Amino acid sequence: MAYLVSHPDEVKVISSRFGKGAADIDRYLELDGYKAVQMALQMGSEAVINEVKASNLRGRGGAGFPTGMKWSFVPKESAKPKYVLCNGDESEPGTCKDRLIFEHDPHAVIEGAMIAAIAVNAHKAYIYIRGEYRYLLEIMQKSIADVYARGFAGKNIFGSGYDLDVYWHGGAGAYEVGEESALMESLEGKRGVPRIRPPFPAVVGLWGGPTVINNAETLASVPHIIMMGGQKYADIGTPKNGGTRLFCLSGHLEKPGVYELPMGYNLKKMIYEVGGGISNGRKLKAVVPGGSSTPVLTADEIDIAMDFDSVAKAGSMLGSGGVVVIDDATCIVKFALRTMQFYRHESCGWCIPCREGTDWLNKTLTRFHAGGGLAKDIDNIRYLAENMLGRTFCPLGDAAAMPTIGFVKKFREEFEAHLEGKPCPFEKHGAISQLPVMSH
Amino acid sequence: MADAPKLVNITVNGKKTTAPAGTLLIEACKQIGIEVPSFCYYPGLSLQGACRMCLVEIEKMPKLQTACTTPVAEGMVVNTESEKVVQSRKAMLEIVLANHPLDCPVCDAGGECELQDMTYTYGAAESKFIDIKSHRDEQQWSPVVFFDRPRCILCYRCVRVCGEGMDVWALGVQNRGQGSVIAPNKQDHLECEECGMCIDICPVGALTSGSYRYKTRPWEMNHVGTVCTHCGDGCLTTVGVRRSDTGMEIVRCDNRDKSGINGDFLCVKGRYAFDFAANQERITQPLIKRDGKFVPATWTQAIELVADKFKQVVQKDGPQAIGVIGSNRTTNEENYLLQKFARLVLGTNNIDHHRTADFPAFAKAISENKARTASMRDVFEAPAVLLIGNDPTEQHPLLAWQIRNNVRLHRSKFYIVNSQAIKLRRQATQFVQIPTGAEARFVDFLSGNDAAAGTLTQAGASNENLSQLRDALKGEQNLVVIFGSELRGADISALVKFAAPQNAKFICLGDYANSRGAADMGLFPDLLPGYATFAGAARYQQEWGADVPALVGMDLKQMFGAARDGKLKALYVVGSNPVSRYALDPFVLQAPFVVVQDMFMTETAIAADVILPAAFAYEKSGTFTSTCGDLQMLRKAGDVVSVKSDFEIVVRIAEKMGYDVRKLVPFGKGLRADMGQSRGAQSGEADRHSVWLQARGLEPKVSPFDPLATLDEIQRLIPGYDVSQINLVSGNDEHTQLVQIQNASIPSHPELVVPSNDTLFTSGTLGRYSTVLNSVMERRATGKEVAAD
Amino acid sequence: MNFSDQLEARFADMLGHYPTKRSVLVPFLLYTQDELGYLTDEAIEEIAQRLDLTALEVRNVISYYSMLRTRPAGKYNVQVCTNICCLLRGGEEILEHARKKLGVAVNKGISEDGVFSVEEVECIGACSWAPAMQVNYDFHENLTEAKVDEILESYRKKAQQ
Repeated sequence: MAYLVSHPDEVKVISSRFGKGAADIDRYLELDGYKAVQMALQMGSEAVINEVKASNLRGRGGAGFPTGMKWSFVPKESAKPKYVLCNGDESEPGTCKDRLIFEHDPHAVIEGAMIAAIAVNAHKAYIYIRGEYRYLLEIMQKSIADVYARGFAGKNIFGSGYDLDVYWHGGAGAYEVGEESALMESLEGKRGVPRIRPPFPAVVGLWGGPTVINNAETLASVPHIIMMGGQKYADIGTPKNGGTRLFCLSGHLEKPGVYELPMGYNLKKMIYEVGGGISNGRKLKAVVPGGSSTPVLTADEIDIAMDFDSVAKAGSMLGSGGVVVIDDATCIVKFALRTMQFYRHESCGWCIPCREGTDWLNKTLTRFHAGGGLAKDIDNIRYLAENMLGRTFCPLGDAAAMPTIGFVKKFREEFEAHLEGKPCPFEKHGAISQLPVMSH
Repeated sequence: MADAPKLVNITVNGKKTTAPAGTLLIEACKQIGIEVPSFCYYPGLSLQGACRMCLVEIEKMPKLQTACTTPVAEGMVVNTESEKVVQSRKAMLEIVLANHPLDCPVCDAGGECELQDMTYTYGAAESKFIDIKSHRDEQQWSPVVFFDRPRCILCYRCVRVCGEGMDVWALGVQNRGQGSVIAPNKQDHLECEECGMCIDICPVGALTSGSYRYKTRPWEMNHVGTVCTHCGDGCLTTVGVRRSDTGMEIVRCDNRDKSGINGDFLCVKGRYAFDFAANQERITQPLIKRDGKFVPATWTQAIELVADKFKQVVQKDGPQAIGVIGSNRTTNEENYLLQKFARLVLGTNNIDHHRTADFPAFAKAISENKARTASMRDVFEAPAVLLIGNDPTEQHPLLAWQIRNNVRLHRSKFYIVNSQAIKLRRQATQFVQIPTGAEARFVDFLSGNDAAAGTLTQAGASNENLSQLRDALKGEQNLVVIFGSELRGADISALVKFAAPQNAKFICLGDYANSRGAADMGLFPDLLPGYATFAGAARYQQEWGADVPALVGMDLKQMFGAARDGKLKALYVVGSNPVSRYALDPFVLQAPFVVVQDMFMTETAIAADVILPAAFAYEKSGTFTSTCGDLQMLRKAGDVVSVKSDFEIVVRIAEKMGYDVRKLVPFGKGLRADMGQSRGAQSGEADRHSVWLQARGLEPKVSPFDPLATLDEIQRLIPGYDVSQINLVSGNDEHTQLVQIQNASIPSHPELVVPSNDTLFTSGTLGRYSTVLNSVMERRATGKEVAAD
Repeated sequence: MNFSDQLEARFADMLGHYPTKRSVLVPFLLYTQDELGYLTDEAIEEIAQRLDLTALEVRNVISYYSMLRTRPAGKYNVQVCTNICCLLRGGEEILEHARKKLGVAVNKGISEDGVFSVEEVECIGACSWAPAMQVNYDFHENLTEAKVDEILESYRKKAQQ
């Protein structure tokens, strides 16, 4: 079970029911549950979309696409059934927020998915939960059963004449499936290889039908938006960045945890006040601000507002809200290597630059960190990452390349400190063994 | 037909052009001669966007885009050679080469490898990668398919051609990331149709052929495109030959030349079953039986013996005492020559061949209804196809490919009527299963006899299914109707009559590479070339300058009967094994003088007095007519000293019998055969012509052994064969129509039709002597069909 | 082959969720693995047949997902995360400790008593509570070596019951 924390600066919207037993449907109803969906039924499709547009809600999965706009792309008329798909395949290293939502407020996700369905006039919604989160899948299964038992889902929901089915679906271990088209492939029982786009899912999605795909946190925000009104939600955040989000503070912090803070909250404050500062009295070296795929920020780049646009301006990305704090005793080369090891492991293998590029970078960084680095490796690492960037089949290649470029660019001296057989300055090393290097 | 898509304007590298809306950018570029490189893109197969080689710059798009997945759009401005694009391509190659073993010096694909070519063209000369390459050991997946993972670049062409193209789905992708690997369906081996298309389509040397690997280098071979010697579909196969001790050795067959009617397709036989040519049991010198034993002889001795014996029989017992059996595997020219030899040199109409379809009845039906035959190309384009009987996946693999891909790519409709649940049903719009042997009754039902329906429903189809099908068929314009040897005689006429009003075209399926040709060339005791009855013999007599014997001859079975009765004194069997095919008693051949021309000691050859070792299709020139009527030219590829083409043997026997061979082979005669002057002012042209012919494995028409001179005569005599010879010589197919010379009633003998019942892995005698086919069959587990995906 | 009644019920229920049969594949494979310990050849054939797929296609899918396996693991599969957040808080040391403690190689082999296998895994979504591991599906977070000892001991006891 995930642990709850709190801080006075928090604005509890999505987390408002955390720790209150809201996984129980009666408790959820006591806490104003399933009122928003009934309102949505009254409002009708267009009004719901407008409300969500007004909220400035942007996708919480990482890309930050405006949710209302995404919904408006779904064609009104469609020969094939339309679908809503909740992306609960949370896998971005540094991110553990959806887990809390599924554990403490699963009905909010269901209700959000229902409202999304009403907005785009879909009659089926799927909630995909990553395979490792089995206990959460079980909570969701029970929640859905409860919803059906109350007649909130199925035929003629809330006496509105609207039919809406909600289903659970489980994954089996694949980061790539978090990419929306790969998610659809996985749901259809296939390898999680992304699809060629266009067509985009809003037009051709699950089983060929128009499909809205939203992150679990995004959908869980929706009932609150309907209840409080889009404008009020938007007002919590910064311009074009409505509301709050769950920030997952991790790494070398005194008080790591998941905190709900307004969009645009200052990163430095987040680290030193909310997160309680750097643990063990060490100093801050770097921050990965939005999950492992976002470029690293150095200690003097952190005085920024945590919203999509401000972080982008600082040369990184807000991403999925995973703030990973790195202290000055950490080897950045090692950190870069572990990051790349992850992407190599998770590359679906479909396209050449991602499959071979992540492998190449992983091999080079492994050798490099072990003391077998050559001066030209540093430029080669960057060259390779830059040649992957923007050229892979899906964003996973970018996710591997971007942080790598950042590490080399911002911590070149740490790479140089590993050169020519020098042991990693941050680790206790024995003698460097003969490293497997091909002639060059 | 939908309206033609509208044209959109695009600019590529400053060149303005138009392309139909929906065209992929990579294709639009190709149209104007701009090559955008790619590994994974393959026309006709699903799009992948995986290799990232085709990234180009499109104005207003921040990222490079894959030309293989981007349809052209109005006003699109594209740069395929910008600095960014060039750098991206180079990097992509550097990246894919990182784990590539670079074992080009020993790789089968070396010299014909797309990765080599691209590296050469797009320059990834420097290797930045210095870490240890990932390695996996090579695997053998079947007797004919080997897989070398390190060389694989994961373009997924093999997976797609096997699944989408072949509907076999025997290859998949397993694991992920760097561990991704192409995997065979039985974990460590393949269970499939062994077509080898995965090998052909592989851009690198990851998939290699068990029969070719490590045998030679591509540049050490001559590559000769010729027509496959196996079934009647007429695929082009590219024969790779290399000098050997005994002539030109055939090292491989594949489908490098995709210009044939088979496009990308080639089956297991076309690809691997050439090895019988070098089988140790092949007869490579004339054999004369003395005291019950075959003794080697010289060609002169053998030909003299045969000519003397034939002459003796004709003089002593009369022409009716000698019979000739022709072949489904010799060329049109050879068959034509053989019937001419029988009729003019021997003076008999006792000529027949192993019939695998009722082509005379088909010719009659087409003629009576003024209908047309369909070419193999038509099958791929037709809006609808009806198949009655046969199992094309086994017996006509190219036809099956055409149907499947027409359904897949053109969404054509496809109706099947069969007594078995044949594999092609998976593509069928409607599949109607009828009882075994009920094909004719089905035609009767089609023709309006509703009572026939009652006898058709025992195999699962309902009355409603049947009526539905009939109604659907009546609504199909430009239908292609294909039927197997189950339909014969009057049933064929009824079928043609049913569909002809809808502008249908027809295909009658026969077995073997040239069974249609054998029938067209008049290997019948009662029909002249072009299915002419003797009533119309005048044209022939005029062309031949000799009389056609008046008496209708004996068919094959009658000849054997006559042999049994002691009336047949000599039998000349060319490239045929009637003893086995018709299950005839070989002992009846003890009395007559029997000459067999063949490659192997067949059941018929054993009974011979003289065996003349013959060349086969890949060792000679001439033409074949596919079962659809597509005429194509063979080119000589292999060569085995000491064997001769059937054409040459026949001419030499005739010559030894004292016949004027100019009457038999019109060499040096006629417009097409005119060589012009060999000296003087015009000689340059003649020389060039000669050189050109020789470069194509043809002989100038100055020799009595030149089949082209005979082709000229065939084209003069058989109206449907009057097609462009230039086109033929250029390696293209020309469809012949069954245009009848006369509307006289054509005799048909359904009882003489004996299908070969070859499967995908057998090919009569040739298959028996193919080590590869035998090994494939041994490895092949018995028949569970795999489900489609 | 026969699945348990529970698994059969699960299968029947899931089939009703989707317009295509194969959509049940990924979660159903995992449920089957939970029952059998790993995906046996027999189970693969059975599932393929039920879903009108080739066994090859089922294997293609299995091999893509890191949680699915075609070889047995220990009764308790100890999955230690060493991804960045756990790395920063001692995940590698936890993995090494578990490996030594149980005497099994990482990512291969099962302890002699058949109870444990050890796997190094990617991010399991416990970043704010690092270092973390899962034993089968149970999360264990904010780990220390002492805590790991305790946890493993409790599983060992459970296995003996």
